[in-house]
Amino acid sequence: MAGNTEPLSPRAKLAVTAGKAAAAVSRAAGRGSGSVIGGKVALKLDPDLLGALAQHLDVVLVSATNGKTTTTRLIAEALRASGPVVSNALGANMPAGITSALAGGSDAKYGVIEVDEKYLAGVARDVTPKVIALLNLSRDQLDRAAETRMLAEKWREGLQGSKAVIVANCDDPLIVWSASSSQNVVWVAAGQEWKDDAWSCPSCGGVMQRPGDDWFCGECGFRRPTPSWVLSGDHVLDPHGSAWPIHLQLPGRANKANAATSAAVAAVFGVPPQVALERMYQVQAVAGRYDVVSFQGRELRLLLAKNPAGWLETFSLIDGPPAPVILSVNARGADGTDTSWLWDVDYPRLAGHPIFVIGDRKLDLAVRLEVAGLDFRVCETLDEAVQLAPPGQIELIANYTAFQDVRRRVGN
Amino acid sequence: MSDNSLRLVWVYPDLLSTYGDQGNALVVERRARQRGLDVQRVDVRSDQPIPTSGDIYLIGGGEDRPQRLAAERLLRDGGLERAVSNGAIVFSVCAGYQILGNEFVNDMGERQEGLGLLDVVTVRGEGERCVGDVLADIDPRLNLPQLTGFENHQGVTHLGPTARPFARTRLGRGNGTGDGTEGAYNDTVFGTYMHGPVMARNPQIADLLLKLALDVNALPPIDDRWYEALRAERISAATQPA
Ligand SMILES: [Zn+2]
Repeated sequence: MAGNTEPLSPRAKLAVTAGKAAAAVSRAAGRGSGSVIGGKVALKLDPDLLGALAQHLDVVLVSATNGKTTTTRLIAEALRASGPVVSNALGANMPAGITSALAGGSDAKYGVIEVDEKYLAGVARDVTPKVIALLNLSRDQLDRAAETRMLAEKWREGLQGSKAVIVANCDDPLIVWSASSSQNVVWVAAGQEWKDDAWSCPSCGGVMQRPGDDWFCGECGFRRPTPSWVLSGDHVLDPHGSAWPIHLQLPGRANKANAATSAAVAAVFGVPPQVALERMYQVQAVAGRYDVVSFQGRELRLLLAKNPAGWLETFSLIDGPPAPVILSVNARGADGTDTSWLWDVDYPRLAGHPIFVIGDRKLDLAVRLEVAGLDFRVCETLDEAVQLAPPGQIELIANYTAFQDVRRRVGN
Repeated sequence: MSDNSLRLVWVYPDLLSTYGDQGNALVVERRARQRGLDVQRVDVRSDQPIPTSGDIYLIGGGEDRPQRLAAERLLRDGGLERAVSNGAIVFSVCAGYQILGNEFVNDMGERQEGLGLLDVVTVRGEGERCVGDVLADIDPRLNLPQLTGFENHQGVTHLGPTARPFARTRLGRGNGTGDGTEGAYNDTVFGTYMHGPVMARNPQIADLLLKLALDVNALPPIDDRWYEALRAERISAATQPA
């Protein structure tokens, strides 16, 4: 299975070349990396291209509401121990972006691919993956995304009969529901702080009981499966019960969970946990996330949080008070135009931090913080917020387009 | 209201809290406390009985299956109807609003019985889903400023003779009937399609519920600076051409 031993069909070759040309034009025109437009042109010329490009690779798909870009990166690092990897490392995770990424990796053995939740079932059909990693599902972009439970249902239908090994988080009932139609599942106890999208049993609608880390439905018996891999503090326990220390440069519990899942994925390909975890230590920042940058003589840590579950995990990794915090929220197309999710974020956890608020929707955030009884300052710009912040490393948390705005401003 | 303590009941957060609806409970609670009231907030999960002695009941929006389950469980429980006959105030949003009516269409496409606390019937809209900013004039009898909100629903709600429209839309679809009505109310029971959550942009609605619960005509003023700034921004954004 290793490497591209069989040549692409002439049609597929033409499609790849045309795609590369379009990407070059897009880059020259200053429109970003061009990976998405390149992929679109290529897919138009040969709709089967994705499957053809993946044919010679051992493919891993990664999907989730949160953590898929980081986990894709961690798995890619781990698998490089055993051969060259091609990956959509920049997070272009719809079919066009995936096609474009795969077209750039003709010598690779592995394809490690992040997939947007809505496209998972289709991409899984096209590329015949060896492994599919499923991390978590929660509310995201309510004005246009499918219902969270419906998405789990779609995954369940789409993955039924797949020959892939499903590596799935047994602590998220919606993930368990998605994966439980599959024959070959490796359960990972990766944890999940956010619980508010799974109080209702995905199978029968009964009220879920959640004592401690366990969960079960009192009505139909749907319950947490027994994991073979377990995240336990700073260690991951493998199926033999051996504990391997997780050392990451990336902060937070959620990234330890991502590393535990990544170790389980690597093990499917015969990469031992200690080798996989050592390689994961190399990852410093992922598409700017977690980067510490200097700006106006201050240190800022850049954190991305796009939905209530993501904000919750982010609050648990920031430095405690009196570390200053800057919050930035937009509601442009890529963010979802409905800001009601702000009310599901547990902002009272920021009590004691000096808080500065920026972004297109700073007033929505201001009302949210006022109702939470917090002290905060509303600022017009990032520069103003940084100037007003008291000493210490600044924790900057932003949602999707707000994060891009910040990266541009600080030159990251 | 008893012993200067306001009982605020949030109905079925496990099923009906998808669109930041908790915000309405947070705003009512905060504004009551700022007026020196003691607030007892009770969150009732759908496997627990609805208390009948609450002052204000809040019901949020949810997806189609949870809506069906919530209606079944509320009807079986009967506590909310008893609370309303005791004079309780109910404020409901979207899926919660539909449940309070006589009938709605559920996730299986069937007509399902509601609680009958509002004289409305909801059918499934044939057109595009209603999503976006809304601007509306609230019924002048309620003496409230312009309504600003965000709607996201497929339902079309028809008002019967004993329900009054809560507001008349200037922008947006509201009840989706094409007659410009948005929401409905009847004595102490209110329903709206506005998410947002609606009280973050319209804190005067929270105050109206408090006044009804306390049976007073006015409340001590509080600092509304950020609410007013948000209202002004959203109203101006909604009226400007995209
Ligand atoms: Zn069940």
